[in-house]
Amino acid sequence: MTATVATTAALALGDDALVLSHRLGEWAGHAPVLEEEVALANIALDLLGQARVLLSMVGDEDELAYLREERAFTNLQLVEQPNGDFAHTIARQLYFSTYQHLLYAALAGGEGEFAPLAAKAVNEVAYHRDHAEQWTLRLGDGTDVGHERMRRACEALWRFTGEMFQPVAGLDVDWAGLEAAWLESVGDVLERATLTLPEGPRVTAWSAGAGRQGVHTEPFGRMLAEMQHLHRSHPGASW
Amino acid sequence: MVTATTTLEAELLRLAGSVPDPELPVLTLHELGVVRAVHLHGADAVEVELTPTYTGCPAVEAMSLDIERVLREHGMREVTVRKVLSPAWSTDDITAEGRRKLREFGIAPPRVRTASGPVPVELGPTHTRPHTDPAVNGSPVAPTAPAAPTACDPADAVRCPHCGSADTELLSRFSSTACKALRRCLACREPFDHFKEV
Repeated sequence: MTATVATTAALALGDDALVLSHRLGEWAGHAPVLEEEVALANIALDLLGQARVLLSMVGDEDELAYLREERAFTNLQLVEQPNGDFAHTIARQLYFSTYQHLLYAALAGGEGEFAPLAAKAVNEVAYHRDHAEQWTLRLGDGTDVGHERMRRACEALWRFTGEMFQPVAGLDVDWAGLEAAWLESVGDVLERATLTLPEGPRVTAWSAGAGRQGVHTEPFGRMLAEMQHLHRSHPGASW
Repeated sequence: MVTATTTLEAELLRLAGSVPDPELPVLTLHELGVVRAVHLHGADAVEVELTPTYTGCPAVEAMSLDIERVLREHGMREVTVRKVLSPAWSTDDITAEGRRKLREFGIAPPRVRTASGPVPVELGPTHTRPHTDPAVNGSPVAPTAPAAPTACDPADAVRCPHCGSADTELLSRFSSTACKALRRCLACREPFDHFKEV
């Protein structure tokens, strides 16, 4: 694997999709209602499809997914955060799918090597974003319990949102413009949901780097252990 | 989009397109609009360009195997199915015959998109019928409920495939597969799948 800028970008986007796909898959058998079980699994499947295309641009998709160590993953810390309660998952979806939708829309309009995938995936992600927005409105503008849980979830994940707008080498994107559009969109949805944009810092307290530099939060190692266990114990296993 | 240059290529394209979709066997791959081209290399080696509906669509592998089998049965020694992403597949690629078959099968076909490119996300009612007074229809819709993120004419309602009523509501954005949404008819009360527009 040569570390070209295109490789860096493909890994960053691919790892975001792969890791969030795995997290959403953890809801299987645990979602509050059957429709959500299906919806979250479908979103996970879309993301897995994107991850497969992106990782295959770099090398063998299975080796990259199952045999890399934690520090070699460059996904955002946001997507590796545990599912928490349903509101927590929805807040993570709102933050990420808004970002991914805006980012893919920008890439789809360009000439780069990610344009074909982005042009396709942007249509899929539009539904993810819509799903997250719909639930944010329903929980935030719903019962007192739903409102409080949604508020807490948005606050808790806020510190992971700054990292999304660090430029990724190889992606020709107006990052400041992306950030402004993201803030406007998320702020608008939260306002409609009778919530407000959190005010705390949008980066973590420690500054050794973040997900894009291979620095991850504690739950990520446990997630990887579960995700990679089967392949590492039984190399090449298939069914 | 679909290109065929020789008579044999045209025949192979027809054969590849005649393969039924593994998930919606009422449709052929031609009607679904996913077989893009067939290129003959020599006398009995052929390359087929197949585009997935969704990036993660798990049916692509079954489609590829079925295409390989059919073309081998027709004398091809070497069959390669290549996955192409660009230009992105759209539900507008489903043929008129395909839409008719979907409806007969009990799935509301996708509406024709009015715009191309990235799909804008808009917030609106979940009902697809033209706006009426909520107090009259007895089923008020919260004004903040978002509509499906499609670039369709808002007056173009998703119709119930069973009774034809335009009075239908969204139950879930994602149904049995990622490409479908779950809706319910408010006239005959039957739930049904709707092939979402992308």
